[in-house]
Amino acid sequence: MAVLVIAEHDGRQLKPGFTNTVTAAAKLGEVTALVVGKEGADAAQAVAKVAGVKKVLLSEAPHYEGSSAENIAALVLTIAEQYSHLLAAASSYGKNIMPRVAALLDVQQVSEISAVESTDTFVRPTYAGNAMATVQSSDRIKVITVRATAFDPAGEQAAAPIEKLAPGPDVGLSKFKGAELSKSERPELTAARIIVSGGRGMGSADNFKILEALADKLGAAVGASRAAVDSGFMPNEYQVGQTGKIVAPDLYIAVGISGAIQHLAGMKDSKVIVAINKDAEAPIFSVASYWLVDDLFKAVPELTKELSS
Amino acid sequence: MKVLVTVKRVIDPYVKVRVKSDGSGVETANIKMTMNPFCEIAVEQAVRMKEAGIVTEIVVVSVGVPQSQETLRTAMAMGADRGILVDAPAGVEPLAVAKLVKAIIEKEKPQLVITGKQAIDDDSNQTGQMIAALMGWPQATFISNVTVNGDSAEVTREIDGGLEKLTIKLPAVVTSDLRLNEPRYVTLPNIMKAKKKPLEVLKPEALGVDVTPRLKTLKVQEPPSRSAGVKVADVKELIAKLKNEARII
Repeated sequence: MAVLVIAEHDGRQLKPGFTNTVTAAAKLGEVTALVVGKEGADAAQAVAKVAGVKKVLLSEAPHYEGSSAENIAALVLTIAEQYSHLLAAASSYGKNIMPRVAALLDVQQVSEISAVESTDTFVRPTYAGNAMATVQSSDRIKVITVRATAFDPAGEQAAAPIEKLAPGPDVGLSKFKGAELSKSERPELTAARIIVSGGRGMGSADNFKILEALADKLGAAVGASRAAVDSGFMPNEYQVGQTGKIVAPDLYIAVGISGAIQHLAGMKDSKVIVAINKDAEAPIFSVASYWLVDDLFKAVPELTKELSS
Repeated sequence: MKVLVTVKRVIDPYVKVRVKSDGSGVETANIKMTMNPFCEIAVEQAVRMKEAGIVTEIVVVSVGVPQSQETLRTAMAMGADRGILVDAPAGVEPLAVAKLVKAIIEKEKPQLVITGKQAIDDDSNQTGQMIAALMGWPQATFISNVTVNGDSAEVTREIDGGLEKLTIKLPAVVTSDLRLNEPRYVTLPNIMKAKKKPLEVLKPEALGVDVTPRLKTLKVQEPPSRSAGVKVADVKELIAKLKNEARII
């Protein structure tokens, strides 16, 4: 079987999640990767070195600026029939583009798979990860998004060949006007080994500074619960949960997070979970590896200080 | 302009979902149901646009069991003008929902379709994108802002690294993210008024759409549970555990 994986990149760098998606794709057949963008040569070089990628297709054109779903779907459609499976990571990029591709192919997409059982059968979390559904697709082409945290990242290899792919049409339905990306020296949430996350208990945006100090001490990313985002303490791109980012770092430190089902859905596959909360009954403790019942405004600075000594 | 909003009836997000012992699905009997939270945000957006004088009529559409009429009534209590229920068994897949909505769009001719970005039951995150694809319209997913300017709209999308701004031609489909707005509470007088608003019930066959599922659910299981954790007395013990037991720092 021939499998196409669409690689997300920002014009220079490959985005986290692609290498995990290749691991899932390699269980299905021989992997071709598609790099599409206004500029994509650097990303294509990186993609070529991901173990399991047999060939890279590179399609560059000005109308791929901002990764327009309409234009990328139109391009994928020009080659889709050559593949049995089309995959992308379930990032905001993959979630935007893949259902459009699926509908144009008259295919029912399988969203955010966490395991591959066979070439037509997949496991996917539903109800915020509280019910794992095993589904079998009867469609001739399988269109799939992949929960990156459920698959190991693929290793490295000697570079696979890169071929140019003629750009698809510019369907001209939307125009990219720019992006405002958070600038941070800290690692990206979905790629971080350690995450320090704050909830409603943080009390204010300003109080997140104590979490940031701890995160910097650990080389960690900073996350937030939906309650903290709703309260305006942190921007939405920091949100961990069912409708935010799904993470599974080696260490997740939940501070002032009560542990609503929707939050647990985004982090309960983390290897080690630490919870700090003054409420001894907080549901977060049910998933914690280690928990501390204490005032976070005392415990977090103490933790930062102890780690420095 | 006319706006069409889709709404889905789902298990209340604060209910702990239980997997049925025979592995066929989740328990839905005697469980509190509600409007999908992202659909609520979509309805609220349409109502605000109507209050601002941009929108003249709001048609709200649901696909599902007959009780979804309650969800449509809630949307009408929030301010939608009329409702259409496509009476279909539970679990119609996003592609079929998109085809049904397409058939309704062709009849209603809205300039803007607003859907929630994701339903919190099957977590598919597909329907809005699929409606846009089938109509050949632009899509703006996960939006936190939308401003209509004549025959186009300026939108802000919530993407993984931050925000993205797009100009989309109308007609178009947009899908709501969390920060688009805060939905209002429905008041009793508005609930009473909503009961008098028109609600049409259609069958999928009347729209010429085959809703046969493409995915077969073989089984549904509980996720693996985490092994019980350890309570630590203080920060020092926590650090010792992380260093010596978990060996993670």
